[in-house]
Amino acid sequence: MAAQSIHIVGASLAGIRAAEALRRREFDGRIVLIGDEPHRPYDRPPLSKQVLAGDWDADRIELTKPEKFDALDLDLRLGVRATGFDLPTRTLSTSDGDDTIDAMVVATGARCRTLPGIEDMAGLHVLRTLDHTNALRAELDAGPSRVAVVGAGFIGSEVAATCRSRGLDVTMIDPMPTPLGRVLGEEIGSLMADVHVEHGVDLRTGVGVDRLEANDGHVARVVLSDGAVVEADVVVVGIGVIPNTEWLEGSGLTINNGVVCDATMLAAPGVTAAGDVARWPNVRFDEVMRIEHWDNAIEQGVHAAERLLVDDANALPFEPVPWFWSDQYDRKLQMAGRIGSADDIHLATGSLEEQRFAQLHGRNGRLVGVLGLNRPRHVMQYKTMIQNGTSFEDAVAAEI
Amino acid sequence: MKIVVDFDLCESNAVCMQIAPDVFEVRDDDFLYVLNENPDESDRERMEECVQRCPKQAISIED
Repeated sequence: MAAQSIHIVGASLAGIRAAEALRRREFDGRIVLIGDEPHRPYDRPPLSKQVLAGDWDADRIELTKPEKFDALDLDLRLGVRATGFDLPTRTLSTSDGDDTIDAMVVATGARCRTLPGIEDMAGLHVLRTLDHTNALRAELDAGPSRVAVVGAGFIGSEVAATCRSRGLDVTMIDPMPTPLGRVLGEEIGSLMADVHVEHGVDLRTGVGVDRLEANDGHVARVVLSDGAVVEADVVVVGIGVIPNTEWLEGSGLTINNGVVCDATMLAAPGVTAAGDVARWPNVRFDEVMRIEHWDNAIEQGVHAAERLLVDDANALPFEPVPWFWSDQYDRKLQMAGRIGSADDIHLATGSLEEQRFAQLHGRNGRLVGVLGLNRPRHVMQYKTMIQNGTSFEDAVAAEI
Repeated sequence: MKIVVDFDLCESNAVCMQIAPDVFEVRDDDFLYVLNENPDESDRERMEECVQRCPKQAISIED
């Protein structure tokens, strides 16, 4: 049963943490790490912040220091794209040829959604990879007259904040009534709207994008669905991501908005998945999840790797309390567990007015989520309570 | 084993505190305090997890 070699498809956060976990568990077989980008694994959160701001260069964001990376003794295949997989014959096809796999971790992540019906043109950007960031940063360096950010989600909000810190004029556009409202709820969403406006963002909510217009092939303006025109020579689209599963169509694995796994992250015998691409039932919340957070990619990468080293009888369910953060201006937003499906909400500390608080979310009498703004200690202490199954009542009463 | 925090990088996400509250503490001033700079060698795996899961990669271990 023990695997002799393990292919990890996807060389970003989940993939490299999977490789490291295998070596930590003293797996001494061959590890093939395949990544379609030309770069060694790097950290993505700084891309929309320090790297885009021009404060950090690419060498600051490597995920594993070169000496530790080399010690992993990987069969590293960068610039190689997985193109297909056949489960019955265990054949992995790549842009570099076919391989028969023994065991595999699928960690191909996700890619940016683009505006439907809008052709690519100069000045139109998405932000997901280092190459994307370098391209956008070069245009920001040239001092555009205005940056239009389409989508006020996490990436859009961070890009808007970074552009403002560079002194650039910014318009942010979103069809929802408030930034991040779908995730955070209207109340906190409108607070985040205030934060952007206080920092000089021209915020246009409740309105979509009708079309982009170009001058000489370079974007020049965004025409909104209400007919308003935003003159902008750089447009950044941040409207979510799509899991990279096309290469697995017809493979024999179940694909449904991600690679479908069991509670232990197993997708098929000897095949696991991790990171943005993986969908699995999180038994802690009795909910099927696909999580696009940084911290999940680490934990899940480790779990998916270790799952390949144990037999079915000894496999543990993957049941994390999801957690993420987003830094915008001087505000640190953090969320742990589940929010959005709460039947009870309580402001545990601070206030919306001072833009510093922790908000507890309860479901069926249990604490299931916490949302914090500039309250990192509280978020983590409530996250521990979520992990421990603390009742909502006890969480509200707790003095921390 | 010595725990070293780069306080220029640290942004007090408090992930380390959740993993090892006996070693790391983020206080109400939003700053991180290292309660024990020299954890026992037997604690290495937990400290490595703190290093790996720090969103700012601000923690390192000096052997």
